[in-house]
Amino acid sequence: MRSILIALALAAAVAACERSQSGPSARGRDTPAWDAAQDPFVVPGWKSGDEASWESQIRNRTVAGQNEYPRTSP
Amino acid sequence: MARMKFICDDERCIACNGCVTACKAEHDVPWGVNRRRVVTMGEGSPGERSISVACMHCSDAPCMAVCPVDCFYRTEDGVVLHDKDVCIGCGYCSYACPFGAPQFPSSGTFGMRGKMDKCTFCAGGPETNGSQAEFEKYGRNRLAEGKLPACAEMCSTKALLAGDGDVVADIFRTRVLSRGKGSEIWGWGTAYGKPTGGAPKPDAKAGKS
Repeated sequence: MRSILIALALAAAVAACERSQSGPSARGRDTPAWDAAQDPFVVPGWKSGDEASWESQIRNRTVAGQNEYPRTSP
Repeated sequence: MARMKFICDDERCIACNGCVTACKAEHDVPWGVNRRRVVTMGEGSPGERSISVACMHCSDAPCMAVCPVDCFYRTEDGVVLHDKDVCIGCGYCSYACPFGAPQFPSSGTFGMRGKMDKCTFCAGGPETNGSQAEFEKYGRNRLAEGKLPACAEMCSTKALLAGDGDVVADIFRTRVLSRGKGSEIWGWGTAYGKPTGGAPKPDAKAGKS
């Protein structure tokens, strides 16, 4: 009986030392970027709420705006 | 799933501070707060290099690990953000950050109780995307407008790249192969771990500069 109590106390102590898993996730803390901003500066060409559409928009903008090789190559 | 990352190409950076100015203007950042800054190494000596530094939105962000009030979170596209309503301004993140990104203003809109301020990858904060409340605390939310961070889009030499890690790594790889040098990416290993398929070492035959 005594050994069982000691084992339970040890288990409780170890459990208390475990690190909390809450926190570092955006779920519930922020709206995703593919929910379009409520301002007049949203660029056309993608659909609000559609993750694939937003990713495509970001990818196209990155390639078109930051990679000059496709524009300058003969 | 996009995974947002920054790359600063020190072969291209001319230390014009356009990125710093773009950031300050876009987010109405007050004096004394530098979300982004340009650092020049070996100034005046042959081989001088400049890089643009801000929060790198690390894969395993040390700021998140040390925050005693758990105010940091990572968005689904990999941007490390924080909640100013939770931050107590203790400064632990400042000690933990290898890039010196956290800033602690003491006045103005961003200076509420000295809460931490940093680069948001132009992704705002927990408030509604594009709302006035979000703008006043964190600045513009350009990602939710379908745009990229202002600093990178403003960069005249395109030294600063921002976007999905795979896409910007591809752009950088093309550059390295074309010019045949400068395959090092400053801060990449610290922020995102060791490269797995990063820029290749330039071929000795491919480029002589």
